[in-house]
Amino acid sequence: MRIRTRTVVALTGVLALSLVTGCAQGGAAGSGSNTVTYWLWDANQMPAYQACAKGFQKQNPGLKVKITQMGWADYWTKLTASFIAGTEPDVFTDHIQKFGQFADLNVLEPLDDLGIDNSAYQPGLAANWTGQDGHRYGAPKDWDTVALMYNKKMVKDAGLSASELNGLAWNPKDGGTFEKTIAHLTVDTKGKRGDEPGFDKNNVKVYGLATGGAGDSDGQTTWSPFTGSAGWNYTDKARWGSKYQYDSKTFQTVVDWYFGLAKKGYLAPFTDYTDGANPANAQVASGRAATSFDGAWMISTYYDTKGLDVGTAPTPTGPTGKRATMMNGLADSITKNAPNKAGAKKWVQYLASNECQKTVGSYGIVFPATPEGTQAAVAAYKKKDIDVSAFTEPVTDKKDSTTFSFPITDYAADVYSLVRPAMQDVYANDAPVGDLTKTNDQVNFILGQ
Amino acid sequence: MTVASSPPSRLPVRDIEGTQPKPRTREKRERDGGGRGDGALAALFIAPAMLGFLVFLLWPTLRGIYLSFTRFNLLTPAEWVGLDNYVRMVKDPIFWDSLTVTVEYVFINIGIQTVSALAIAVLLQRLTQSAILRGVVLTPYLMSNVVAGIVWLWMLDTQLGIGNEIIAGLGFDRIPFLADETWAIPTIAVINVWRHVGYTALLLFAGLQAIPNDMYEAAKVDGAGEWRMFWRITMPLLRPVLAVVLIMTVIGSFQVFDTVAVTTAGGPANATNVLQYYIYGAAFGRFQFGYASAMSVALLVVLSAITFVQYRLTRAGQTDLG
Repeated sequence: MRIRTRTVVALTGVLALSLVTGCAQGGAAGSGSNTVTYWLWDANQMPAYQACAKGFQKQNPGLKVKITQMGWADYWTKLTASFIAGTEPDVFTDHIQKFGQFADLNVLEPLDDLGIDNSAYQPGLAANWTGQDGHRYGAPKDWDTVALMYNKKMVKDAGLSASELNGLAWNPKDGGTFEKTIAHLTVDTKGKRGDEPGFDKNNVKVYGLATGGAGDSDGQTTWSPFTGSAGWNYTDKARWGSKYQYDSKTFQTVVDWYFGLAKKGYLAPFTDYTDGANPANAQVASGRAATSFDGAWMISTYYDTKGLDVGTAPTPTGPTGKRATMMNGLADSITKNAPNKAGAKKWVQYLASNECQKTVGSYGIVFPATPEGTQAAVAAYKKKDIDVSAFTEPVTDKKDSTTFSFPITDYAADVYSLVRPAMQDVYANDAPVGDLTKTNDQVNFILGQ
Repeated sequence: MTVASSPPSRLPVRDIEGTQPKPRTREKRERDGGGRGDGALAALFIAPAMLGFLVFLLWPTLRGIYLSFTRFNLLTPAEWVGLDNYVRMVKDPIFWDSLTVTVEYVFINIGIQTVSALAIAVLLQRLTQSAILRGVVLTPYLMSNVVAGIVWLWMLDTQLGIGNEIIAGLGFDRIPFLADETWAIPTIAVINVWRHVGYTALLLFAGLQAIPNDMYEAAKVDGAGEWRMFWRITMPLLRPVLAVVLIMTVIGSFQVFDTVAVTTAGGPANATNVLQYYIYGAAFGRFQFGYASAMSVALLVVLSAITFVQYRLTRAGQTDLG
């Protein structure tokens, strides 16, 4: 018995030791002083940044960049977990939606000493990454806008031309030429178009406009082109506002009209949309919808869809007399507890340089933040026979277009979790749009804390 | 729980083997090893489990209770706020809505699952002893919850799902199983029944195996049919096992999370915002670990109360056998 007891003790000890050492090794992996760890979520961009890393490593012998890619949802969960566990990457791709929260949590390293010059990038992109404390927390990386993607064959069959789609206008009263167009592109199961007498809105075969869901708190590719061109903005100030404006009459009228398109049978119903399974581009690809609003990051996905001939048109002109689109810019941020802070700063400086951004642009998958990087991307798209002017014009043409930024405020996650279900309630359950005033009060109560 | 109070059958259940419950006497305890000096060895064997219990259960529970009285974002030190989180919880309409949604889910899930599992278990016992069939019944349980959720999400998609293709092919309207507020909770409940019913059936099947076969033979001699034997022999004698299985599955059901996270993310319009999902969002989405802890403590209290009541009502600790 005695011997057996001793054996058990010894075995337990060995097991415990191996567990402890195993954990320790796991934690320390990949954080050597000559390695810079870098995270991004877009798999399409991986080759472009690998090319950048090559250039960087040539200029900085001895430093190595280790890039890790994860899908959008996992990305933020893992990043959060890494901050808590102390296993954060040195550098990561940052989104405006998360910026406020990360600034609050004090997990970002100020980048003031990188010498980022706001004027070296497309307008507004660099300034957005300044926190309420006046410090910079992100180096501009790329930008995206939203445009109308359409199935060329369906548009042609409906007797419409590209120039007609390029010149659409809307208003919240009768929907203007935009509503007329998507009504005409809608076809029911008996072949009747949405603007023809006898159209059956309950049995629609092809919707004029695909659904992108209820749009959460930003409506980036859903209602925001309309609220934007009606002159509305998310908050009372461009950056770090203290009050959201979902209670505005303008906002509620526009949203009511927009979701009302579903009741008329022109916009696909909420139930057609699933985040993972059936996003807007899948509805267009399957022939279920003729058009969709989507972001510049989706250009390649649309154009690479087999059997689909895609065209793009700018967002429609609104009551303000201008077209509007969100212009959202990503940035690279350094974590406060980055194991290799010195290397991280060098890498971010390189990522923000014209040299790297031109390299990224040449892959034709995203618009880099520097004007020359953007030009490289436009040229690369052109080589693939893709006209991206619907996405770039809003940035260059200030006479007919206006751009607005993703809302930057504190408590973005709380705002999201309150506004998301409220918008779904309006779209999916026909809740009165006036209910958004109550939601807005709750949002502003949290912001006022 | 009417099962527990079924009338005494005309079959002399207790006297069949002529045995009486054996009292655990001091001699028996000593025979089992007490007082032989093996206490140290016993402690050693218990130690790993005890260590696990202390580190992974007791300590997190105590710390969770402590955190429920603080404002805590995980990255800066916790700040004591007294009962603030609980006051907020009582006033939070989304919390109450989420509790209602969870209870609705538990009722549908446990109701369908228990009846189906019992039916499968009895069929397995009375009709076949095939190990292959038992294995087949268990198959869905071997699949990861997330994978099962994604597969069902695709199959039930309103436009692309094969389920709705079949429904449309038969000439019916497509059903937005996971995108409509009326359908979403029942759909998730049934998906989880599909996944767990085999496991539950197997637990019940094991309970059925403990019922001596001669009881059924005696009943047959007395002219009882299958239906009568089910209600007079199977149900009363299965009661303790059924009670424990119910307690376990109800607890598990209250903690539904992964299927919701994968299929609906709490939507549409909070229609599937079950408590665990709301807690998760508060903690890992909004970094409000104090408030999330308070809600977790509330869930712990609710589950303890339900378990206690269930345990008492079903007399889960007592057997009618022997």
